[in-house]
Amino acid sequence: MATEAESGTGLVFHPMDQFIVKPLFGDVIHWYTPTNVTLWMGLAALCVIALMVFGTTGRATIPSRIQSVAELAYGFIYKMVEDVAGKDAVKFFPYVMTLFLFIVFSNFLGLIPMSFTTTSHFAVTIVLALLVFLTVTIVGFIKNGVHFLELFWVTSAPLALRPVLAIIELVSYFVRPVSHSIRLAGNVMAGHAVIKVFAGFAALAVVSPVSILAITAMYGIEVLVAFIQAYVFTILTCVYLKDALHPGH
Amino acid sequence: MATTSPAADAAHGAVTAPGMPQLDFTTWGNQIFWLMVTLVVIYVVLSRIALPRIGAVLEDRQNTILKDLNTADDFKQRALEAEKAYDAALAAARAEAGRIAAQTRAAIQAEVDAAIARADVEIAERTAEGEAAIAAIRRSATDSIAQVATDTTEALVAALGGKADATEIAAAVAAQMKG
Repeated sequence: MATEAESGTGLVFHPMDQFIVKPLFGDVIHWYTPTNVTLWMGLAALCVIALMVFGTTGRATIPSRIQSVAELAYGFIYKMVEDVAGKDAVKFFPYVMTLFLFIVFSNFLGLIPMSFTTTSHFAVTIVLALLVFLTVTIVGFIKNGVHFLELFWVTSAPLALRPVLAIIELVSYFVRPVSHSIRLAGNVMAGHAVIKVFAGFAALAVVSPVSILAITAMYGIEVLVAFIQAYVFTILTCVYLKDALHPGH
Repeated sequence: MATTSPAADAAHGAVTAPGMPQLDFTTWGNQIFWLMVTLVVIYVVLSRIALPRIGAVLEDRQNTILKDLNTADDFKQRALEAEKAYDAALAAARAEAGRIAAQTRAAIQAEVDAAIARADVEIAERTAEGEAAIAAIRRSATDSIAQVATDTTEALVAALGGKADATEIAAAVAAQMKG
């Protein structure tokens, strides 16, 4: 954000200003107002379409570079869904693919300086996580009926322990969307905020080389985090889907 | 740190608390709306266009590879058959060549044998002829010697003044030549 630094008193840190949601035109934010959220989500969608649609228009048997990347992403997520959630989870593949591509492109677009990171917002990640949670719960009950509750009844444990375990399992089940969403937003937000803090120190001439080095290092880590968090979110989605399709331990 | 940035103030039209913009719930409705729009767009594009297309491309490639492998297998089979046929033809040709060689050898042998036999017969004939000629010559030589001896004896007897008796002389010569 351009409004940072020099406020007269020397070092000023506004590490969180980068996350402020602003309208693109006008001042007021209604639910339909085009904001920087709209802009960067739109760019993420465009990137997805560019890679997966325009990158594959050739339908070449010997793929071009972009088509190779698209096929790699396809194979990566397809295999993940098949291996982790089971063969019958393949019908959820487009859904999982949507989540993965949206998160991975949002994360990487967020790494562009001056950009806005949509996945750093709990509003976004909580919705993503709740979608998964609701899907898993609804599919679980539709597919297995009451047997879905066996997920909470650990038959391999001694009978006396089972009620206790059931409570623990139930709590952990409902904590899932919370951890699922906060893990993603928290990781992304923390990294970006730390970079901003280092950038604030760069105003001091003595410290600035160290600061720049630190920003570079953090940026490298953030590139890793951007992919790993998308991967973690996706694979957890697959793990939860497996619970819905094959409950029981 | 106490005041928010001017941009933030302008954005919300009210003073927001410093801290996490993530917890400014006035923007949640907006974010969630645009998130749903984005997700629906991506989902529709992926499930309708991109994923079926990539799936088809991957399947095509798999089929092409399998087909190529099958074709290669076919060609290999045919190469093996061709090699077998070649080996068989070679063996047959070798056998045929051996047969022809043996035949030729036998024919030549027969010819040679016949020639040798003919030559033997001729040699025998010539030998017989030669022997006959030699015998004739020897005979005529003996006769000539007897004649010459008789004539010489007659002449000697006449020169010594005797009267030569032809019968005596012939008998004497014959007696001498026997010795």
